[in-house]
Amino acid sequence: MTRAPVSLPQVALPDNQRGFLQTKRTDTWWLFPTITLIYFAIAATYLTWAAWQGEHYWYSGPGGAQYLSPIYSPVLFSDSTRAGAAPVEHSWFGEWPSWLPKLLLGFIPLTPALLILWAPGGFRLTCYYYRGAYYKAFWGDPPNCAVGEPGFRGTRFRGERSLPLVIMNIHRYFLYAVIPFIFILSYDAIISFIFIDPETGSHRFGIGVGSLVITANTVLLASYTFGCHSLRHIIGGKKDCIASSQARLTAYNCVGCFNRWHMQWAWISLFWVGFADLYIRLCSMGIWSDWRIL
Amino acid sequence: MVSPTTERLKPQIDDLIEGRHLGKLHKPTGEKRRAVFRIWRGDDSNGKFVDYPTEVTDGMVVLDAVHQIQAEQANDLAVRWNCKAGKCGSCSAEVNGKPCLMCMTRLDQLNLDMHVTIEPIQTFPLIKDLVADVSWNFEVKKKIKPFKPRKKTAEEEKVGGWRMKQEDIDRVQEFRKCIECFLCQDVCHVLRDHKKHAEFIGPRFLIHVAALEMHPLDTEDRIPELRNNHGIGYCNITKCCTQVCPEHIHITDNGIIPLKERVVDEFYDPLTKLFRIFKPGKGGNSA
Repeated sequence: MTRAPVSLPQVALPDNQRGFLQTKRTDTWWLFPTITLIYFAIAATYLTWAAWQGEHYWYSGPGGAQYLSPIYSPVLFSDSTRAGAAPVEHSWFGEWPSWLPKLLLGFIPLTPALLILWAPGGFRLTCYYYRGAYYKAFWGDPPNCAVGEPGFRGTRFRGERSLPLVIMNIHRYFLYAVIPFIFILSYDAIISFIFIDPETGSHRFGIGVGSLVITANTVLLASYTFGCHSLRHIIGGKKDCIASSQARLTAYNCVGCFNRWHMQWAWISLFWVGFADLYIRLCSMGIWSDWRIL
Repeated sequence: MVSPTTERLKPQIDDLIEGRHLGKLHKPTGEKRRAVFRIWRGDDSNGKFVDYPTEVTDGMVVLDAVHQIQAEQANDLAVRWNCKAGKCGSCSAEVNGKPCLMCMTRLDQLNLDMHVTIEPIQTFPLIKDLVADVSWNFEVKKKIKPFKPRKKTAEEEKVGGWRMKQEDIDRVQEFRKCIECFLCQDVCHVLRDHKKHAEFIGPRFLIHVAALEMHPLDTEDRIPELRNNHGIGYCNITKCCTQVCPEHIHITDNGIIPLKERVVDEFYDPLTKLFRIFKPGKGGNSA
């Protein structure tokens, strides 16, 4: 049996288009989108700036700490001529190769961070939570619920149906790309507890404030990543009978548990990744001293 | 003979019967105060806001105030209502610009030092005063493929009915709490601001599709229609629908986003498409 093609019913709509920011709401509806706008703008600006520096992302200090900024991890190539760069033995493929330019188009610095940040950056940019938040805060689409939109969009609105925003559907591929980062950052967190004695070269367990900062960063990023809507779908949500496998059901519930606080993880982890970089940067520059707890 | 349990609970039971338990939770002062309600009066072609001052008391909801105004000052004021308990979804309106059920919006949640604006929902044609014509929604629902359960297994035939896991049915049960108040349709900017009624079914019907599509017994595939005809791609996940839902259904997180992911499976993800060649089924996802 073939079904008639679906066409939605037409309706004579009232001409009640409201102007940009017009609303009858009397609460502080503008506050949260404004905070979001400022917060995301500051975070994006700082992280971009930090990624372009290419130096002071590694701290060894007098106590032999091994702190690597999370926005530079993993270090694929290390340019050991730069101050505060990771030691060559810590980079995956050694010294910065001659075939890889240090400047793009002659003026954009290419750093170890820029080689890897496309993955976490793309993951956040296409994240279901972030999308809704920045559509509201940056594009006023809508500025907030039941608040008038800019008039120029009108009936030409295309949503995520066609280019450019249809590309958001790539989100799960960024998820695949960032999951290994959680394991790499976990390794960074573990080695942040291993201090190398500068005199003897022996390895010793220790705890510095930096160790806690790096570990907290890994936990927060993992909580954000493992609460991803795409992961919840892939791990079991796509099935109508999730409970036919106990392992699948447990995994689905586990991701669902993180997913319920996805927005909060997104906010806190974004702050903390910036703070962790800042902490290591300032320690590496000698402005802050890393306090050794143990 | 009175059982010891009944004897022990007698004071609480007496409180319940006499209504004294209410006093323990919230002591009404009985104090009256004056408030001004600015209500939209008119029809589709013409209308204006009219101020109605009236006396309100502790514990009143917006619908009580509207009924009081209707009884005392504006007998011809049109307002749709039924259960006064937040379960019929009839009294949807916008109070101080926020889509809500009038029967569930207490006056003590509002600043009565200023006038309280009450207007009809904006996304549908106005009939009169606070009553909008929501019949478009019922026509949309007819366009969605109905539930089509799988055949019973031999064992299920023996026991007389289908068998499902509780966890699987819990997921779709959330969507079935919908009371069809259409507040989500009202606040959705795709319908409200962009007037995409001819191309987008709105959050209410996206969760209706989710309830069918994720049902453990259902065998129908609605994903192609969801993308091509029901306009799921228009949703840009601003979560306004979730915020206004009086039943607290997680419309976006549990309904719309999982459907968007199923659309990605079927139309945008080459890897899933590849795997589906080896494992066909209802969208490759049925079990």
